[in-house]
Amino acid sequence: MFSFHLAISLPLFYAILVPFLYKKFNQRIHTGWFILFVPLLVFGYLLSYIPSIAAGKTISLTLPWIPSYNINLTAYIDGLSLTFGLIITGIGFLVILYSIYYMSKKKEALHNFYIYMLLFMGAMLGLVFADNIFVLYVFWEITSISSFLLIAYWFEREQSRSGAQKSLLITIFGGLSMLAGFILLSLITGTYSIREMISNLGLIQAHPYFIPAMILILLGAFTKSAQFPFSIWLPDAMEAPTPISAYLHSATMVKAGIYLVARLTVIFGGVATWFWLVAGVGLITLLYGSFNAIRQTDLKALLAYSTISQLGLIMSLLGLGSAALHFGVANKEEVYALAIFAAIFHLVNHSTFKGCLFMVVGIIDHEIGTRDIRRLGGLMHFMPVSFLLALTGSFAMAGLPPFNGFLSKEMFFSTVWQAAQLPFFHMQTWGNILVAVAWLASTFTFVYCMIILFKTFTGKQKGPKLKKKAHEAPFGMLLSPLILAGLVILIFFFPNALSQYLLQPAWEAVLPTLAESASLQIEISPWHGVNPALLLTIGVVLGGTLLYKTLPKWRRIYRFYPQVLTLNNIYAAGLEKMEKYSLSITKRYMTAFVRDYLVYIFGFTILVVGGAALFLNGLSFDFSGDSAINLYELAFLIAMIICALIVLFAESRLTSIVAVGTLGFFVVFFFALFRAPDLALTQLVVETVTTVLFLLCIYHLPKFKKEISSVGFKAVNAVISVGIGLVVTMVALSANSNRLYESISHFYENANELAGANNIVNAILVDFRGFDTMLEILVLSMAGLGVYALIKLRLAGRNENEGTK
Amino acid sequence: MKEPNDVILRTVSKVAVVIILTFAINLFISGHHQPGGGFIGGLAFVAAIVLLFLVYGIEKVRKNIPVDFKKVAGTGVLIAVFTGVGGMINGKPFLYQVFGHVNLPFFGETEMATAVLFDVGVALAVIGTSMTIIMSIGDDR
Repeated sequence: MFSFHLAISLPLFYAILVPFLYKKFNQRIHTGWFILFVPLLVFGYLLSYIPSIAAGKTISLTLPWIPSYNINLTAYIDGLSLTFGLIITGIGFLVILYSIYYMSKKKEALHNFYIYMLLFMGAMLGLVFADNIFVLYVFWEITSISSFLLIAYWFEREQSRSGAQKSLLITIFGGLSMLAGFILLSLITGTYSIREMISNLGLIQAHPYFIPAMILILLGAFTKSAQFPFSIWLPDAMEAPTPISAYLHSATMVKAGIYLVARLTVIFGGVATWFWLVAGVGLITLLYGSFNAIRQTDLKALLAYSTISQLGLIMSLLGLGSAALHFGVANKEEVYALAIFAAIFHLVNHSTFKGCLFMVVGIIDHEIGTRDIRRLGGLMHFMPVSFLLALTGSFAMAGLPPFNGFLSKEMFFSTVWQAAQLPFFHMQTWGNILVAVAWLASTFTFVYCMIILFKTFTGKQKGPKLKKKAHEAPFGMLLSPLILAGLVILIFFFPNALSQYLLQPAWEAVLPTLAESASLQIEISPWHGVNPALLLTIGVVLGGTLLYKTLPKWRRIYRFYPQVLTLNNIYAAGLEKMEKYSLSITKRYMTAFVRDYLVYIFGFTILVVGGAALFLNGLSFDFSGDSAINLYELAFLIAMIICALIVLFAESRLTSIVAVGTLGFFVVFFFALFRAPDLALTQLVVETVTTVLFLLCIYHLPKFKKEISSVGFKAVNAVISVGIGLVVTMVALSANSNRLYESISHFYENANELAGANNIVNAILVDFRGFDTMLEILVLSMAGLGVYALIKLRLAGRNENEGTK
Repeated sequence: MKEPNDVILRTVSKVAVVIILTFAINLFISGHHQPGGGFIGGLAFVAAIVLLFLVYGIEKVRKNIPVDFKKVAGTGVLIAVFTGVGGMINGKPFLYQVFGHVNLPFFGETEMATAVLFDVGVALAVIGTSMTIIMSIGDDR
């Protein structure tokens, strides 16, 4: 039961070892060799689940994490998550193999590279197998962060940093709104588990939060999967090393949004809003991406736009397929459900052919020294294997036989054709436009696929301009794309094997309700006779060839669109404006004067805590249960008041520090009097250490002098200090007099049986509230590092300034 | 910081530091049943080193205790986290603490608790952090 969790978290744990391996072996052995087996092991382990998943079973394994908050690490294994898991580990293996040859062992910081990569792999696996929405969210954000780190891998480059920032801002924005959507969902259903939500379908769909939750979650999915208009981060993410682009930004991470939409289709699908949002945004993205891909001159940017467009295609298929859940479908569910199947099928296919293409582009970049189409050409003679690989990849993407893209592209056409005949969702008016958009976008896709292939590999060789002499890549580098290309062809010839073991269960996982009532069966074959889909494909080939041939003539239209209105410009302007305005606002209240900050903090506390206590009738005093005040306590109290007054009127800094320290020590006496030895000890030591700290600092402080300030200034000080004193006192008194919750003291009375400790304070710290303590020491350490960084950095900066003088 | 040249202070501290350190360790160990524990023990430990700072100056102490306290803090947090994970391996929730009585040679019947390991983490984190802060502030000139 536990082994599955261990398997999918293996990348995370293994990442801890990477720095040591790097340090010890990198002189002789490329660090990648030590990483290579990790995805392979997990891949093999996941394969062992195929028989039971293919038999229609689903497996749910729970490992308690924070059971008191109902948050558990439940791994849910069904066709969908298994398909993703296999893609993540399978492509991960190939990418790491490729990276061993791509990343130089001498020049690169390989340990960083592989740690981020393993971090990503573990997070992505966690994401697809998590059943708990909050666990899913956490992994979702870890993938965003590791993607950020990997894009900024060459952080000395300006573009890498800005690209990383852009991707982080956009995907985290989406992630946060998705979190809000998840919270709404959990409010509706009262559960955090996706499984349990699905069993409460009726409750969710009738709830007023249904649409807000849907839109918020879709924002998360759209930003992650680079859907229009959030797609702008993906082209900039191409600043990452090519293995990363192949892995994160085409095969896996950008498909997390697709995964989420597929996973939640059963909850949200079947209503018009979902149908049009997902399908509409998907189709717009498909068109936008393919149209913009053609104008790119950088091969990687071209592939980025093509990824955007392909993601749009998959997204639109998921949207179209959700119609199967509409109650008015009447016995035609299977027809629309086919779109979901096509989406999963194309997703797998896309991972293979796009991964292959990215690797080929990486090879070109690596061996030739440029990936600018204008400087490439005629490479076929030098790099025949790469040419064949590129041919496989781009023909598959263009949707030509005998490559797997053909099958899923045909399915896409036939489902769009079917969807255009839908009797509801206003399809009567929109149907034809849908088909037209699908055809047009596919034609553009065809054109840019040809650009990738022919502009790079055929035509005149532009040798003299190249930095390096063209030659074929080493075999190790070709191995991964060769395997992928082999898959591209294998899937075309044996699609039903893949379908039976993976796609079919995944399909059933997306539509579990439908899988029960109707039989979801499909036989994939390349030839269906002459039907609309085939005609559309032929149309695409004809139109695409025509457009490709006439490309120089119509290329000009890209210049008509004003640069100011591009999404990138809007983003940049927005960011700049936001920085400017927030800076001006911040400058108003950040006065670099500690006293002002104290006024904010204490003033806010007085207003909120005091105000709430007053207006909500929170104040009530009950002294009946208190014991009488005795002589010692009175004496200590008077002594403390004297100390406080000394601080106020002290003539030197040393006096006031000693007085503050004495005040603290009197508190120790109080603790001792009230029989709280642990608190007394803690206070004693803390007071000692802080007094010493003060004494250490005193040497550096400016000369102590009386502040001469206006009456208004002093009045504010007085009001704030008296106010905060009053509020704290009142809160303390009424907290002691109220009992809102049932007493939990039985925990502490039984500390010895429960935690084996007689000291209940310690039992609280390390056992009952252990989680608090853990986070506290974490915060403490971060604060310590913060102080260290502030002081050391300031010192370094100061020295530099002195040096330049 | 100036180095004070005070014979009495130096002589007393030499003994006092040992006593404080012993007391700190005692505080830590007794924390399970008597007043004390990782936090207090750690802080008392820091107090001893701070006394050394005051008497001998930071440079001398740093030379004689060549420990990177940032790493100590990090180790402490890691230990605390991993004792939490330890519970998960046995199918229990995160940070689940267990205890038992073991008959050790020499010590006799002794109670062993994973909570003590967690407390070691706390103590190290406290020592590391406080020392980092004190050394960075005291060093700033």
